[in-house]
Amino acid sequence: MTTTTAPARPAADSPRRTGEARAGRRPVTGLLFVAPFLLVFAVFLVWPTVAGLVATFYNGSLAGGAGEFLGLGNWREVLDDPAVWTSLRNTALFTVLSVPPLVLLGLGMALLAHRSRRLGWFLRFSFFAPFVLPATVVSLIWVWLYQPDLGLLNGYVTQLGGSAVPWLSSTDLAMVSVVVTTVWWTVGFNFLLYLAALQQIPKELYEAAELDAATPFQQLRHVTLPQLRATTGLIVVLQLLSSLRVFDQIYLMTIGGPNFVTRPILQYVYEQGFTSFRTGYASAVSYVLFAIILIVAVFQLRLTNRGQKVS
Amino acid sequence: MSTVAPPRPPSARNPRPGREAPDRPRRRLSAGGAVLSTLGLLLALVWLVPVLWALATSLKPEAETTSVPPQWFGSEVTTGAYRAVVENSQLLRWFVNSTLTTLAVTAGVLLLCSLAAFGFSRMDFRGRRWLYALVVAGILVPPQVLIIPLFRQLGSLGLIDTYWAVILPQLVAPAIVFILKNFFDAIPREYEEAAEVDGASPFRVYWNIVVPMSLPVLTAVGIFTFITTWNNFLLPFIVTTDPDLMTLPVGLAAAQGSFQLLYAQVMALALLAGLPLLIVYVLFQRQVIRGVGSAGIKG
Repeated sequence: MTTTTAPARPAADSPRRTGEARAGRRPVTGLLFVAPFLLVFAVFLVWPTVAGLVATFYNGSLAGGAGEFLGLGNWREVLDDPAVWTSLRNTALFTVLSVPPLVLLGLGMALLAHRSRRLGWFLRFSFFAPFVLPATVVSLIWVWLYQPDLGLLNGYVTQLGGSAVPWLSSTDLAMVSVVVTTVWWTVGFNFLLYLAALQQIPKELYEAAELDAATPFQQLRHVTLPQLRATTGLIVVLQLLSSLRVFDQIYLMTIGGPNFVTRPILQYVYEQGFTSFRTGYASAVSYVLFAIILIVAVFQLRLTNRGQKVS
Repeated sequence: MSTVAPPRPPSARNPRPGREAPDRPRRRLSAGGAVLSTLGLLLALVWLVPVLWALATSLKPEAETTSVPPQWFGSEVTTGAYRAVVENSQLLRWFVNSTLTTLAVTAGVLLLCSLAAFGFSRMDFRGRRWLYALVVAGILVPPQVLIIPLFRQLGSLGLIDTYWAVILPQLVAPAIVFILKNFFDAIPREYEEAAEVDGASPFRVYWNIVVPMSLPVLTAVGIFTFITTWNNFLLPFIVTTDPDLMTLPVGLAAAQGSFQLLYAQVMALALLAGLPLLIVYVLFQRQVIRGVGSAGIKG
C-alpha cells in the first residue's frame, strides 16, 4: 500500500476502497437496511416469546397486569391437568392419522399429474384448488357434506343400503372425518412440492433405465423414488409441524367435540386464554406445544441445511 | 428486466412445477398407461366434488336443498341465495378488509424482508452475524403458540380491533429473509461493483440492481405470502371483535350462525368467500404453483 499517493485523492483517508474502509463507512447504512424488519421482529416475535415464557410463572389475566408470582405452579398444574393430556393425545392422533395420507397421496397425485400430458393442467388445477380456500369455507362445505340427514355422503350411503353415518357426531368417527377434510384441503401443497421435485430428476436417468429395458414399475422403484428421498424427508417434517399446530378446521367443524375427542392442544390454549382468561396457565400449556414443535423444527433445520449453507 | 442476463437462481429451490415437463420420454400407449390416466382423471373429478356440490346447493331454491335423498339439480337454477347473502351480510366489507390487510402484509413483507436480506447479504455492520442468527432462530417459533402474549402485546399498544393488529404481526417473516438472503448471496457482485465505482449508493444498488434481478423469487414469495395471509384465521380471529374490521374468513365464521338451516345461502356465502382466491388461482395458475413450490421451505 502506497501511502504517498493518498493526499492526492480527495476525501480518502485510506488509499483504496478496501473492505475495511467499506465496513468503516457503512455501519449505520447497513443497520438502516435491517432495522425496519428487526423492529417488527423484536416487537412481535422476540418480545412475545420472552413475555410468554415469563407469564408461565404468574397467574396473569388477559386484561393485563402480570398477576402474582406462582413459581412453577402453572407448570405443576399442566402436568396434573387431564385436559392437557387428552388434547395432546388428540393432537398426536390427528398427526398420526393425517401425515401418512397427506404425504403418500401427495406423492401419488404428483406421479399421476407428472405423467399426464393432455390432462396435466386439469389434474394440477383440481388437486391444488382446495388449498387456496380459507379454513372457514372448507369447514362450511364439509359440514354440509357430512350433514347426517341431508348431506351428500349419507345420501350415497343410504342409497347403497347403509344406514346414515354420524360423521362428526360420533366419538369414534369425528377425528377421522376431520382428517379426511384436512387431507382434501391441504394435500395440494405436498402435491406441488413433489411435482417440483419430479421435474428436477435428470432425464438421463430414465434414458439409461430404458436402455436397460427397465419396466415403468422398475423405473419408479429404482429411479424415481430414490431421487425423491430428500423431498420426502422435507415434506414429512413440514407436514408434522403443520399437523401439530392444527386448530382452524377442527375448531370450525366440531369445536373440539363431541365430548372433546377432537379438541387439539392449541384449542385448549385458546380456551384457557380467551374464555377462562387464565393467560399464565394458557402460556404454560402453549409452551408445552412449543417445546414439541421445537424438537421437530430443529430436526427440520438440520435437514434443509444439508442442501444449503447458512453463511 | 434489463438486457443484463439475470443470474440463475439456486435451481434446486426454484422448481417450476407449473411447466409441462418436456423431459420425460414419450410414452407409448399401453393398457397400464390407460389405467393410470383414468385413475388420475377420476381422482381429479372426485377432488372437485365438494366444491361442485356446494355450487349445486347454492343454485337451488332454498326449499329444495333439504330433499331426501340429495339431488344434484333442483327444479330451477336460481341466484336468489347469492342475492340474499350479499344483502344480509357484510360480505363486501369483509372482502375490502381482507384485500386491504392482505395487500399491506404482502407489500410490507416483500419490502422489509428484501431490505433486511440485502443488508445481511451485502452490508457490513456491527452485530450482523448474531442478528442474522437470531432471525434464523426466529423461523423455529410458530406464531400460533404466541397468541396469548401477542394478544397482550397488541392490547398494551392499543391496537386491538384495528387493521394494524392484523397487519403488523404478519410482517414478521424470518423464513422469507432467509430465502431471499440465500438468493441474493448467489447473485454475482460484478454488476454492483461497477455501479459502486460510478458512485451508486447501497440503496441504489438494492433498488436498481438486486431487486430487478430477483423478480422471479420476489413474485414467488409474494404470491405465497398473499395466499397464506388471505387465509390466516387465528390471528384476525383473536384480534378483531368488531364485525366491521373482520377479514373474510373470520367474518364468515361469525356470520354462519345467522344463516343456519338456510343451506343454499350458507353455500353461496362460502363460495363467494372462496371465490377471490379461486379466481386469482385460475388466472395465475402457473405463477401460483411455482410460487408455492419454491416458498415451500416456509413451514
